[in-house]
Amino acid sequence: MSTLDKLLLCRLRKGIVTVPVEIQKVEQMGAELKKAINARFRRSFNIREVDTGSCGICEAEIIAANNPVYDVARFGVNFVASPRHADALLVTGPVGKNMLLALQKTYDAMPEPKLVITLGDCALDGGIFKESYYVEGGVSKILPVTLHIPGCPPTPLEIIEALLGLLKQ
Amino acid sequence: MTHKDEVYIEAAADNFGALCLSLHKEHCSPVMGMFARELKDDYRIYCAFISVKLKKWFFATLDIPKDNPQFPSIAKEIYSANLFEREIREMFGINPIGNPDNRRLRLHEEVWPKGSFPLRKDFVPPKEKPEGREYPFAKVEGEGVFEVPVGPVHAGIIGPGHFRFSVAGEPIVNLELRLGFSHRGVEKLLENKIPSAAVRLTECVAGDSAVAHSWAFCHAVEKIGGIKVPERAAIIRAILLELERMYNHVADIGGMAIDVGFSHPAALASIIKESIHSLNQRLTGSRFLKGINVIGGVARDIGNLDGLDSIMADFKDLKGILLSSVSFLDRVEPTGILRRETAENLGVTGLAGRASGIAIDLRQGFMETYNKLDYKLSTYSSGDCLARLKIRIDEFEGSAKLIRRLLENLPQGEILASDINFKEGYSLGYVEGWRGPVLYWVNLDGEGKIDRCKIIDPSFRSWQGLSYAVLGEIIPDFPLCNKSFDLSYPGGDL
Repeated sequence: MSTLDKLLLCRLRKGIVTVPVEIQKVEQMGAELKKAINARFRRSFNIREVDTGSCGICEAEIIAANNPVYDVARFGVNFVASPRHADALLVTGPVGKNMLLALQKTYDAMPEPKLVITLGDCALDGGIFKESYYVEGGVSKILPVTLHIPGCPPTPLEIIEALLGLLKQ
Repeated sequence: MTHKDEVYIEAAADNFGALCLSLHKEHCSPVMGMFARELKDDYRIYCAFISVKLKKWFFATLDIPKDNPQFPSIAKEIYSANLFEREIREMFGINPIGNPDNRRLRLHEEVWPKGSFPLRKDFVPPKEKPEGREYPFAKVEGEGVFEVPVGPVHAGIIGPGHFRFSVAGEPIVNLELRLGFSHRGVEKLLENKIPSAAVRLTECVAGDSAVAHSWAFCHAVEKIGGIKVPERAAIIRAILLELERMYNHVADIGGMAIDVGFSHPAALASIIKESIHSLNQRLTGSRFLKGINVIGGVARDIGNLDGLDSIMADFKDLKGILLSSVSFLDRVEPTGILRRETAENLGVTGLAGRASGIAIDLRQGFMETYNKLDYKLSTYSSGDCLARLKIRIDEFEGSAKLIRRLLENLPQGEILASDINFKEGYSLGYVEGWRGPVLYWVNLDGEGKIDRCKIIDPSFRSWQGLSYAVLGEIIPDFPLCNKSFDLSYPGGDL
């Protein structure tokens, strides 16, 4: 029995009825993800996140992917504080003009080889803010993007699924 | 058309300041919002005050000619007007004479040229080179004083903002915020849109307050058109607003625990949050309650709220763990004190205001749906992180009670008004979101399209509260103080 099961069972005994997600699916995808990360990244795939002006809930879902229910860290996906430690840059938001320089600098600070992943509809092409005078509209105009995770926002499960899809290739 | 809860008083340039000052003093209200709007030959300035006693909003208005765009600053007498005046100067090029701070809030000097004002009607995206001027932070000088710059890219997974700390040894002697990194020009994007097509955009102003923002916008439009929202729809909106409050409050309670390194309750809090998200998903199809508010009601009906009991049982555990841990309480009390007087001067309202003793909550007397429910307001006077934590705990429990009572009152019937129309006029929509009052002042033109929409998220005013609360604290306590306010970057930056 995994720690997560124990934790949830403990809550279940206390009477939690709302078991949040299909735990089975998380476990199964997580196991695959772990295998892929072990093979390609020697057990840890490190991500640095940058918000370029999102409305805040893409971040909330990334944080949720780290909560005890999903806990992506146990599969080898770590969110790191410094771009120097990162294998991938995860970008949210439509790229506001004010964030352009910070985004570029964060990318430049990462060691090679490096990946760029975009998350959320805004990061693809500016999304709902596309027409604005203050957004650049899409990360791919600025950095080479390998993977886009669509959604407004994508759920933690979708984030795990997308990462798995990328790393299995 | 006039609305019974809004009073507009016209002033001239020479008595605008005096009028504002008398409204400010008479109603004990900060400047809740101050904004401009473009007319044919004039600009009109609105300055909004709230009267908790009369349950009304008072607006002082001033017309100023376009060929001489300036007005006397009122920020010297009423400090809470300061940021709004700077915003008006930046967005409209109207000069508040006497306000010495001409630094821009959102259109950063590094990337935006001088003399281009986005909210003017004749605005075209500028081709000129940016001004390139460096932002002058307030400098603290002296032996042993260090400056610590943080952001806009932070260590954690949060929004972008720049914090400039000046420290003498350990204690913070000055904190300056530079925000605007999330500026997306929402107010301009809303212009010329049909209101029904704009609701979706208002949800994205601050995604964690999607219900509050879209409801406030719908409220304004519904007031203008005299659209009667069916009672069932109004109650569904209130239930969802309380669910939004609950998932955000529990996230912050957990966040405050993690910021002092207390990970066990933080894990429990995030499980509770996840449970509320999945409840949201089941009720509305969206974990963040997006896409539910529409003009005239709600887009879909909700099912039962099974699971709320177990969420509350878990929350009781969480509360017990936190409030019985001496070492945790030692960290949060009395850390990050925002004194009542400072909060009043800055115009801090909502959750952070209530923790400093300012008893304003729009759910008491302002929002119709809540009138029938006897809602107990929770306030504390200490203004520290513990007070803000306790407010969250009280409101989480309060919200659950409110939801139960709202469910009892939920009548059968329609969920969408039948007489939806968009006609000319203006009005203020307001909702007490989880951070505080969310205000939307909307003006529709003759075709029923949005001419001007001013969005006021409580974060805009409250960010300054944070920079006062951390004074004298040490930098390692900053994350805790920040979390205890948990203000919105995108909500303040628009």
